[in-house]
Amino acid sequence: MVRKLRSTLGHALLYTLLCGIALFTLFPFLWTLSTALSTAGSVFVFPPRFFPENAGLRNFTEVVRTLPVGRYFLNSVVLTAYGVSGTLLVCSLAAYPLARMDFPGRNFLLLALLSTLLLPNEAGFVVNFLTLTHLRLVNTYTGVVLPSLASVVGIFLLRQAYLAIPQELLDAARVDGASEFRIWARIVVPLSGPALAALGVLSFVAHWNSFIWPLVVLQDPDRYPLAVGLLYLQGLFAHNTRLIAAGAVLAMLPILVVFCFAQRFFMRGLEGAIRG
Amino acid sequence: MRGSRALPLAPSRPLLRPRLRAALVAYLFLAPALVLLSAFTFAPLAFGTLLAFADYNVLRPPRWVGLENFRFLVEDPAFGVALRNSLRYLLVVPAIQLAALLLALLVNRRLVGILLFRAAYYVPVITSFAVAGLMWNWMYAQHGVVNWVGLRLGLLPRPFEWLNHPTLALYAVMLVTFWKGIGYYMVLYLAGLQAVPRELEEAARVDGAGRLQVFLFVTLPLLRPTLLLCTLLSTLAALKVFEEVYVMTGGGPFGQTATALLYVYQKAFQEFRWGLAAAAGLLVAVIGLLFSALHVWVFREGGLRPW
Repeated sequence: MVRKLRSTLGHALLYTLLCGIALFTLFPFLWTLSTALSTAGSVFVFPPRFFPENAGLRNFTEVVRTLPVGRYFLNSVVLTAYGVSGTLLVCSLAAYPLARMDFPGRNFLLLALLSTLLLPNEAGFVVNFLTLTHLRLVNTYTGVVLPSLASVVGIFLLRQAYLAIPQELLDAARVDGASEFRIWARIVVPLSGPALAALGVLSFVAHWNSFIWPLVVLQDPDRYPLAVGLLYLQGLFAHNTRLIAAGAVLAMLPILVVFCFAQRFFMRGLEGAIRG
Repeated sequence: MRGSRALPLAPSRPLLRPRLRAALVAYLFLAPALVLLSAFTFAPLAFGTLLAFADYNVLRPPRWVGLENFRFLVEDPAFGVALRNSLRYLLVVPAIQLAALLLALLVNRRLVGILLFRAAYYVPVITSFAVAGLMWNWMYAQHGVVNWVGLRLGLLPRPFEWLNHPTLALYAVMLVTFWKGIGYYMVLYLAGLQAVPRELEEAARVDGAGRLQVFLFVTLPLLRPTLLLCTLLSTLAALKVFEEVYVMTGGGPFGQTATALLYVYQKAFQEFRWGLAAAAGLLVAVIGLLFSALHVWVFREGGLRPW
């Protein structure tokens, strides 16, 4: 009896603690959402309001109507689609020989790739911009995504998945006269769905959230993705917190939707990244 | 059977010797990644190092100036402040690692709804610094939530202008880095914890070890690779902090919250002094390498045994 009581009490304490921490991690979002949904009253009041006053979607319709948020959103979609498909293509091509072919220089390459994870790349900031200038890629989406397409973490993540494919399958295809490219396209890639999804999700988040590199490369505000555009708008509309809050909610929404549907890929992707 | 060495029955005469051909095919697969990595990872490393010893502002061709850039940096008080702030930022490393490890232990059990809690702790990780910075700027405002909570709990004597305060602003930004990073390291520690064999912990319990003892003597030593990885990643990330500072304070007030990388950014993209920026970047890189080396040394076999 006493034991049961103690266990119930322990659980109650545990859940209180878990909820308390969740409040810390989620509060900024809830508050921003409340601000975005409020259509009356002042934004900053003591004590802070946690529930929206006169809740409605007016801020959202207004932010889309008056500010170029819709355009920024589309820019983000294009940039992210470009970045994710490019990353998946480059990494899945590169991972195949590293996993399943024997060729001179393979071990050296593996080592060189691994070393980039440890090498600090602060200098890259400056030089990459100069490189893009020479390639005339400044102010283009290609310039934004190109430096991040060959993700070393992505290559190792996919290599791990490719290593798990049974050798007999590949041998059978070779006996049938399939070219290496065909084997990659018809066997290796289709069998690596979960790993590709994990990389896709990680790369989606990285590209959707990327902010400093687009800010450097893009000079025309009409091309800004949402993350950069929001800050630009905040500078212009500092007084209208509700509209910017609505914009921030719009910027978070796609990530949250992807997160809800692909939660296990997030977690697995991270695990793969540290073990790969 | 093209490209196959296992089957010697080649039809007619192959154009290339099979081994050469196999290598060629392999490198064709690798070509896009290698070209991109050479252009945007390896070359910048080499070229950036050279640039650190040159004067270059895009208009004129680079001019070799030896150690001139480094002398400027040593004498520039703004760089001193930025570097000091970057080193101060390392304070976030032990805090975030301890919190993430405790959090991982807390959510590493079978409980109803535990997946929901894990997800809730991970959401800040997937938020962009642009959105996170905006949200926290509002929370840190004069009439924001932080002041309200602090006053209610009696922790603050009066409301602070957090992000305009010359010394508090940096710590206010650190809290955001902490908030945003906990979930990431929590997942890494969770992966590490789940790799610890349950039998070992149970055997220790049978031998009469208490919960704390099992953790200290069984679990923690087995977590060492994860600990090494997480603290290393966290240290390098702290030295590279830039986006949260850029979004929240822009380095202000009066440059008091600038970090070394913000300094690099300002020199390169606002003042166009590329050589100087490269030199500052190189210094940060060297400091990062020193910390990595120190790290591996501390965590070397038998190194982490204070108990």
